[in-house]
Amino acid sequence: MTVQFDYTGQVTMVTGASAGMGLAAAQAFARAGAATALVDVNEAAVRAVAEELAADGHQVLALVGDVSDEAQVASVVAEVVAAFGRLDAAFNNAGIMMPPLKTADTDNATFDRIVAVNLAGVWNCLKHEILQMRTQQSGTIVNNSSIAGLKSGTGRSAYTATKHAVVALTKSAALEEGAQGIRVNAVCPGTITTPMVERMVAAGELDTGASAMAAAIPRLGRAEEVADAVLWLCSTSASYVTGVALPVDGGLAAG
Amino acid sequence: MNPTYDFSGQVALVTGASSGMGLATAQAYAESGAAVVLTDVNETALRAATEELSGQGHQVLAVVCDVADESSVAAAVQAGVDAFGRLDHAFNNAGIQVPPCDAADEPAEVFDRVNAINLRGVWACMKHELAQMRTQGSGAIVNNSSLGGLVGLPGRAAYHATKHGVIGLTKSAALEYAPRGVRINAICPGTIATPMVTDMIDKGELDLDIAKANQPINRLGTPEEIAASVLWLTSPGAGFVTGVALPVDGGYTAQ
Repeated sequence: MTVQFDYTGQVTMVTGASAGMGLAAAQAFARAGAATALVDVNEAAVRAVAEELAADGHQVLALVGDVSDEAQVASVVAEVVAAFGRLDAAFNNAGIMMPPLKTADTDNATFDRIVAVNLAGVWNCLKHEILQMRTQQSGTIVNNSSIAGLKSGTGRSAYTATKHAVVALTKSAALEEGAQGIRVNAVCPGTITTPMVERMVAAGELDTGASAMAAAIPRLGRAEEVADAVLWLCSTSASYVTGVALPVDGGLAAG
Repeated sequence: MNPTYDFSGQVALVTGASSGMGLATAQAYAESGAAVVLTDVNETALRAATEELSGQGHQVLAVVCDVADESSVAAAVQAGVDAFGRLDHAFNNAGIQVPPCDAADEPAEVFDRVNAINLRGVWACMKHELAQMRTQGSGAIVNNSSLGGLVGLPGRAAYHATKHGVIGLTKSAALEYAPRGVRINAICPGTIATPMVTDMIDKGELDLDIAKANQPINRLGTPEEIAASVLWLTSPGAGFVTGVALPVDGGYTAQ
């Protein structure tokens, strides 16, 4: 293999791990030798993917939790530590989408829900991961922002706001915890082939042909390509990288 | 290094390869199995560095090159292709620092000198690397910018202008070449423990304790940490990453 990670002896946690980028990251961590906790709100889905990884001989734990509920997040992190003794890397990936509503046409329920999952959810995870990592004086966290965390477009401004906010949280947490041996970064994926994107296409809310051609690299990204960036940011090779928002977007952010 | 890379059969070129970040990167590419073209303006230091790597059993070529002279750059890239047949990875690292100066007093010769090497030199290297890479339909380049490419510092307008310019070159070329299979990114190192920085400390232009305190991680970076970032960016692990300016600065620019 051209790029080979070794996460043997490390404990990792991924939220929204039952599909898409979260699943790709969980698989990559597990295959690199980490003990991996897969967290998702969808119980059947997360148990199914965890069982597949366990059947391949990997050390995994399936946990059900809703990131928008702080008590559930605290409980999930506690269960990871109870099972595996520590927490070395976390990918805060759980996130939801919304229809392409403009700012003045977005209803409160949609706004509140997307803030609860995409922003407060990341906040809750950061808080409890950092509290654990401080006791270790080590750890690394990657938050899943988006190209929409760097650029704005028409429609979905609530989504864009939450993703920009994730970048801000990332940088503050990085500055705050650098002296504690904790690194915090974000990835900003472009348009990636995932079930969420497939649902948008099915609802007629996304033209993947146009999305692909908009990027400098004229195709959609793969979930594995985002996982590659997450594993790199969590590795010792990125030991001087913190507070960064890394686009994995085929060049969208450069234009 | 984790991850490890297998670049056997591939060719890397590094400018300013006789010391600091360039040398560490040449070493890392050599250890990954690539044939490495080391270029530098300092012939003695270049030959010493190249002999050291060849003594370790690596496949290397030393080419004296002044990046401020486009014909010297063209000859260096060609020498690499003549020796090894192709060019897969390039790190345009050669750069100089100049003394801090009140912007109203800066001599034109100083501005022209730092521009000739740090900006025009990167432009020339990228130009000739791309001319080779477009015949292959593949390749990846990293240009060495700086935290000075993202923010300002008093007394450093000329240097920061060149480093901001490197990011502009990087993004435009990335957008242009992405459909042609070539990726181009920049790194923005923070304060790294290299001979250039030691020189600044010795001359009283940089206070080491203040520098450390300014990094959220409270230490300088190492040349190996820069090399690790460069290798990842030119690897298939970063296959959907182009046009990015990646800070490797211990969180400095997150502030």
